[in-house]
Amino acid sequence: MELQSCVKILNEWDIVAVRQLGRNVAKELGFGTVDQARITTAISELARNIFLYAGQGEVCILKEQQNGKNGLKIIAKDNGPGIADIRRVMEDGYTTSGGLGAGLPGVKRLMDEFDIQSKLQEGTEIIAVKWLR
Amino acid sequence: MDFRDTIESKYRDIMNNYLNDQNEQSLYQAQKLSRKLIEHHIVPEEIISLHKTIMLENELTRKSFSDSFDILLEVMIGYGLSYREHQSLRTEQLALKSEIEVAASMQQTLLGTTVPKIDGLDIGAISVPARQMNGDYHHFIKDENQCLGIAIADVIGKGIPAALSMSMIKYAMDSLPENRHNPSAILESLNRVVEQNVDPSMFITMCYGVYNPWNHKFLYASAGHEPGFFYSSENQTFQDLDGKGLLLGIDKKTKYKEYELNVLQGDMIILLSDGVTECRTKEGFIERENLIGYIEKNIHLHPQEIVANIYKDLERLQEFELRDDFTLIILKRTE
Repeated sequence: MELQSCVKILNEWDIVAVRQLGRNVAKELGFGTVDQARITTAISELARNIFLYAGQGEVCILKEQQNGKNGLKIIAKDNGPGIADIRRVMEDGYTTSGGLGAGLPGVKRLMDEFDIQSKLQEGTEIIAVKWLR
Repeated sequence: MDFRDTIESKYRDIMNNYLNDQNEQSLYQAQKLSRKLIEHHIVPEEIISLHKTIMLENELTRKSFSDSFDILLEVMIGYGLSYREHQSLRTEQLALKSEIEVAASMQQTLLGTTVPKIDGLDIGAISVPARQMNGDYHHFIKDENQCLGIAIADVIGKGIPAALSMSMIKYAMDSLPENRHNPSAILESLNRVVEQNVDPSMFITMCYGVYNPWNHKFLYASAGHEPGFFYSSENQTFQDLDGKGLLLGIDKKTKYKEYELNVLQGDMIILLSDGVTECRTKEGFIERENLIGYIEKNIHLHPQEIVANIYKDLERLQEFELRDDFTLIILKRTE
C-alpha cells in the first residue's frame, strides 16, 4: 500500500513544511541520520526550484515498495514555464544558482533514482527515489 | 559587513534556535547557510572549528551535544555535493584532456613534414606549440628538379581553433597542382581557399619560398607574415626579408608580389613565426636585434643545432612558459 501526502508550494514556509514531512517519513522508514539529511536536502532543492522558477507547485512524499525493498519517493510537480534544455540543467556547473554542486544534478546524486519530464509552457515533473539499504 | 565576519553569529543563531526545539526551520536555514558558505569559498575545516568554538561556549547536555551535529550534518551535505561534483568534473576533464592528446598526435601525423636532403644546403627546423595543438604550420617540398619549397604559416590565435585552421592549409597545399610552385601563385590559391572557408575573424599569415639549388636563388612571397632574415656571410650582416602582402583570407582577389634573393656560400635564410619575436620576458618582448644576437652566438653550428639552441635559450628566458606557438627555420648554403 502506498502512503502519500503532499504539500503545496506557494512560499518559502512550505519548503520547511515539506522538508519536515519528508524527514518524518524517512525516519519512519528507518533511514539513518545522514540519509535523512540527504533526503531533506533533495526535497528542499526541488521545492526551492518550484518556488523560484515556477512560482507554485506541489511536492509529494510517498512510501515506495519494490521487490521487497522499501524506499522514499519524492514527486515534485509544477505548471511553470518548463525546462527547454533538460540536458543542460543536468550538466554539472550549470545550475542558475552558480554551480555549487546543488541544483538538479545535486538531487540526482543525493537520491538513487531520478527522472524528469518537462514540457514548455506546461510544467515539469521530477520523480526521485531513495532506497533503504 | 563582509559575509565572512557574519558567519559565526549566523551559525550560532541557527544552532541556539535548533537546540531550543529541534525545528525543521533551523535545519532549512542551515542548508541555506551551507550554500552561502560554499559560494564564499569557506572551507569545511573552518566550519568544524567554528562548530567546536560554539559548542564550548555553552554547558551542553548530552542531548544538545548530539542535536548540534544535526546542524553540522545539514551544512556538510552541501560540501559533500560540491565534492562529488568536483569528482565528476575531474573525470570529465581527464576525458577531455586525453581527447585533446589524441587530436594533438593526429595533428602531428597530419601536419608532419620531414626535412629533405638537398646537396649544398643545410636545413634546421623546429616547431613547438604553446599548448597541446599547434597553430603554426611549416612544410618542406622537394620537387623533381631538386628545388625546395618551404611553407611557413601562422594562425592569429592559438590552441584548437588555430590548429583546425592549419589542417585546412595543409589540405589546400596538398591539392595544389604539382607543377605550380611559384610562391605568388601558391599564396593566391591558398588565399582563395581561406577566404571561402575560414571564419572572418580568423586570419592566417604565411610565407612561401622556393630555393633553387642550380642557380642559388631564393624566390619568396609573403602574406603578412612576420618577416624573416637574410644573413649575408660576406658582409656578416642580417637584413629583414621584406615582403609586403595582405594576410590570407581577407580579400579573395589579393595578388602577391614575388621577391628574389641571390644566395652565396655561407648565406642563411631565416624564417620564423611571431611566437619567436613576440617571446615575452620579464623585461618585455625580445627585440628582433636580440634574436639576431642569439643567431650570431650559434652561427658556427649546423642550422638544426642553431634552431634548437635558440629555442632552448628563449624557452628559458620565458621561464619555460611559451605564450605562442614557436616555429623557426634556417637554411644555409654550404657550397
